[in-house]
Amino acid sequence: MIEHSDELVQLVGPDGEPVVSEANAPYRERAARYLLDGPEPDAAAERLRGLYRDMALVRRFDVEATSLQRQGELALFPPLLGQEAAQVGSGRALRSQDYVFPSYREHGVAWTRGMDLADVMPIFRGVEHGGWDPAAHNFHIYTLVIGSHALHATGYAMGVQRDGLVGTGDAARDMAVVAYFGDGATSQGDVSEALGFAAVNNAPVVFFCQNNQWAISVPTAKQSRVPLARRAWGFGMPGVRVDGNDVVASWAVADEALERARSGGGPTFVEAVTYRMGAHTTSDDPTRYRTSDEEESWGRRDPIARVRAYLEKYDAWDDAREAALLAEADELGEHVRTTVRAMDAPPASRLFEHVYATPQAQVAAERAAFEAYEAGEPVSSPFEGLLDSPATTGGNR
Amino acid sequence: MTATAVRPAGPAPSDLPHGVAGMPFAKAINAGLRAALASDDKVLLMGEDIGALGGVFRVTEGLQAEFGEDRVVDTPLAESGIVGTAIGLAMRGYRPVVEIQFDGFIFPAYDQITTQLAKIHFRTAGRIELPVVIRVPFGGGIGAIEHHSESPEALFAHTAGLRVVSPSSPQDAYTMIQEAVASPDPVLFLEPKGRYWEKGDVDLDAPVGVGAAARTLDHAAVVRPGTDVTVVAYGPTVHTALAAAKTAADEDGTSIEVVDLRSVSPVDVPTVVASVKKTGRCVVVHEAPTFHGVGAEIAARVTEECFYALEAPVLRVGGYHAPYPVAKLEHDYLPSVDRVLDAVDRVLAH
Ligand SMILES: Cc1ncc(C[n+]2csc(CCOP(=O)(O)OP(=O)(O)O)c2C)c(N)n1
Ligand SMILES: [Mg+2]
Repeated sequence: MIEHSDELVQLVGPDGEPVVSEANAPYRERAARYLLDGPEPDAAAERLRGLYRDMALVRRFDVEATSLQRQGELALFPPLLGQEAAQVGSGRALRSQDYVFPSYREHGVAWTRGMDLADVMPIFRGVEHGGWDPAAHNFHIYTLVIGSHALHATGYAMGVQRDGLVGTGDAARDMAVVAYFGDGATSQGDVSEALGFAAVNNAPVVFFCQNNQWAISVPTAKQSRVPLARRAWGFGMPGVRVDGNDVVASWAVADEALERARSGGGPTFVEAVTYRMGAHTTSDDPTRYRTSDEEESWGRRDPIARVRAYLEKYDAWDDAREAALLAEADELGEHVRTTVRAMDAPPASRLFEHVYATPQAQVAAERAAFEAYEAGEPVSSPFEGLLDSPATTGGNR
Repeated sequence: MTATAVRPAGPAPSDLPHGVAGMPFAKAINAGLRAALASDDKVLLMGEDIGALGGVFRVTEGLQAEFGEDRVVDTPLAESGIVGTAIGLAMRGYRPVVEIQFDGFIFPAYDQITTQLAKIHFRTAGRIELPVVIRVPFGGGIGAIEHHSESPEALFAHTAGLRVVSPSSPQDAYTMIQEAVASPDPVLFLEPKGRYWEKGDVDLDAPVGVGAAARTLDHAAVVRPGTDVTVVAYGPTVHTALAAAKTAADEDGTSIEVVDLRSVSPVDVPTVVASVKKTGRCVVVHEAPTFHGVGAEIAARVTEECFYALEAPVLRVGGYHAPYPVAKLEHDYLPSVDRVLDAVDRVLAH
């Protein structure tokens, strides 16, 4: 029997105060490595500064990308502003062998996978549809069609299961799969189907849903009348709600879910309650559908300011560290800027490349016609030159 | 039972004069939707972000404020749900006009559209009509990321029971959306998103045909008369065809006749055939891939009907047998004025 609760897991409050309760005790224990009021405060401070650095750098990337779009260097950019804790917390709970299926806003998770954040940009500059090798960091390309990849993650996890990489007890081998998606995505049939498949197969997959309160202009209340985590209960899997603006709690809840998956305990649904502090994308205008009061009230729950306040409360942060981090952020910004500006359009021949894994007659013919046209040569038929030499197999018998 | 009548245009929006000069395409659809909502209280709009936001292209701007949340509905994020519930609503006598946010996001609803919406009239031996309109911004040229520039019309035109139309001008957009809403058959209404900001004069009193009298849903329009070559286009490429015709006329006096299909299912074969019988040459232009596309149907039909009048094979200009490319290459993929003129030269060379 799975015990279900709507309680929001929180370990560090918005003002940087530790949160101690009976309900969060198991998570405090799990997250002791990051707790400044825990058993090993110095080591915890060092680790927590690492998460703080992650979040600060990712935010700097986000700001840089948004301004690059404003300068016309990118076609579009979906900022993660406000969701740094949910992404960095869950991302840092991953092991290198785990495999991630992101949506399109998971730049913070990409960072935790060790990706060069400049590699996220070709999609948004309009020069690539993917832009990176998914195998390099076990980080799949972005999926823009809402919810589709929840099924891919589930199937991938079913493969992991068949490969015997679940429940071996070997920390370097046991593997989990994570699908990231938003509150709006939970309405898609594909996501419900993924939950069903994952549950009946006991698949090693974690559904990490960032409820950032909005699906473009539609509030979460129009997607669901109950907390999103409850969707999982009916499928027979744990559904946990966590304060997604609390990086430590996000880490703890993700760590628990990942461990369950890797050890053969099956899928988990995590609802990380957070807020999209910026626009949906650089094309969006949130003033049309939400109030500045709402934005300000969430602004007071900024996930980065919270960790900073927590560190300061325990004298674990100082000006020298801040200066060094700012310098590092400037360097990252500069790197992203120059890399993006140097990204050229691919050659037009790319139109026809990789459509199929094997040579294909229709593509070849159209490519030849295209190239002749570009070269100013006469083309009477895209099949010109092919018509006199019928295929050698399966032709006239 | 199908009503056949021409009714006057719906009440024109009060803040607009009845003839509007220079109305943007998107605004013309908005005015048509507004007229449809005002003239029939069974009409309702449903879709993602169509309420307070007015849709990502602002086509439904102001309509929720004017007609209320019951008639302009922000749905959950689920295309199959949008079309599937529209079918149920239509069975209760409503006339849902649903918006799919972008062409590339229609596919979660593909089953509901092709297997349910298109077939229920047939399966019930005509007992159930489903007057559902599915509005879809489609086509490329706006520098978007993937799934936001596609032209999936052939996939739907291949489905019997569904009308598939695309307006090419603000006036047609205004009239066609109202005729689509009035149609007893489901209509896939493809809006050339790259033209949303283009302006044209709109007569808000233009008559709206109901049912079989819906002229724009069945009748192509000769939008530029000519004598040497027929160029057939629809939606976004009508503009391209007209630009090519003008260039050809200016440069060497070639006289191109441009036929705007308006509807790709059904196709107004008589109008196309009459034109090609006159010119003897035909080029079809669309953004969708030519392989198994609408142009293939036109070429086959023209060949059958005009064989002895044809001076050259029918040529197609369109997208390639490849997924829609990245934004930086889309102008190599999309039919351009140059590519249309190249095809025109080739049919003339015969
Ligand atoms: C199938 C599909 N329908 C519609 C869209 C257009 N769209 C892009 S993002 C979005 C909202 C997504 O909201 P949510 O799932 O909450 O994720 P968030 O953007 O808030 O991270 C919509 C409707 C899409 N990308 N895919
Ligand atoms: Mg959201």
